[in-house]
Amino acid sequence: MGEAGSLGVGGPAIAIGAMALATYLCRVSGVLLMSRFRITPRLERALAALPGSIIAATVLPIALRSGADAFAGIAAGLVVMRLTRSEVAALLCGLAVVAAVRFLHAPA
Amino acid sequence: MSSPPPTLTYAGCLHGARLMLPVLPGLVVYATAFGAAAAGRGLSFGEGVAMSGIVYAGASQMVSLELWRGGWTPLAVLTVALVTATVNARLVLMGAAIQPWLRGAPRLSLVFGLFFMVDAAWLIASRYRDDGGRDIGVLFGAGMVSWIVWVAATIPGLLAGSLVVEPARFGLDLVMPVFFAAMAVPLWRGARVSGLPWATAGIVAALFAALVPGYVFIVAGAVAGAVVAGLSGGEPSRG
Repeated sequence: MGEAGSLGVGGPAIAIGAMALATYLCRVSGVLLMSRFRITPRLERALAALPGSIIAATVLPIALRSGADAFAGIAAGLVVMRLTRSEVAALLCGLAVVAAVRFLHAPA
Repeated sequence: MSSPPPTLTYAGCLHGARLMLPVLPGLVVYATAFGAAAAGRGLSFGEGVAMSGIVYAGASQMVSLELWRGGWTPLAVLTVALVTATVNARLVLMGAAIQPWLRGAPRLSLVFGLFFMVDAAWLIASRYRDDGGRDIGVLFGAGMVSWIVWVAATIPGLLAGSLVVEPARFGLDLVMPVFFAAMAVPLWRGARVSGLPWATAGIVAALFAALVPGYVFIVAGAVAGAVVAGLSGGEPSRG
């Protein structure tokens, strides 16, 4: 509490409030921003590619960071999704493969 | 674009909630792990519940714990807010991508409903929209059921503290990437349409992840993929 400029006991609440505000602004700002643009065919193509691009940009770095277990699990999930079109089945099989790979590589 | 305004019905919300069901078990584990980590970092019960309830963005909540401290200064608050914004910047892109679908919706429903937009709900709504769905309740319903589960499952974690079993052992730390990858399957529009943007997004993101600390890699990769798609020719085609 002796720290200069300390916010005292209210500090954590203020920090959580600031985080909530930042997150809410992220949630609405993309929608607000795009409502000011006329959607040209070019822009529509770009927006249409966003869902897949976000997935690729999220999944590949995480898989690279995690290693063979993640690649095996994701590959299993993709195959099962392709065959069954069921997210539940894909998720369960993917996670089972991750757990199996980790179990086999776990230090005794 | 002169598409008719979207509908927003209770049935749509219920449908969205149902589509969210497969993700909920993973969400429970993630939220419980967050609660346990928060308790471990010294957050009170009320602070942990409040963070899950009003921030409601798992990755940024986890990262904020790294910055959690005893005494808060305005600068420390600003720092945690900025880090939160960068971790959650992907939500800006998700909002931009789904905006054409929301055009004409009552403003108040957006102000309220968008609070509940999280990755999985957005992805579910994107897929539903791809199949021709017009009811934006699917987005909000999926987000709301996931909010309830997220907040509720934070509580046992906060109470149990470090008693929670290591989730990585069961592969549960990889729930989101595996689910994301599976959800990409129906979004794939063939190599000619999706190939170049997706590959660009993945490669640029991987480079950023290797070179730049933090979470900018998602936004950098996704923007690169979208730009490539925008610049390349052909009919607009979702995916």
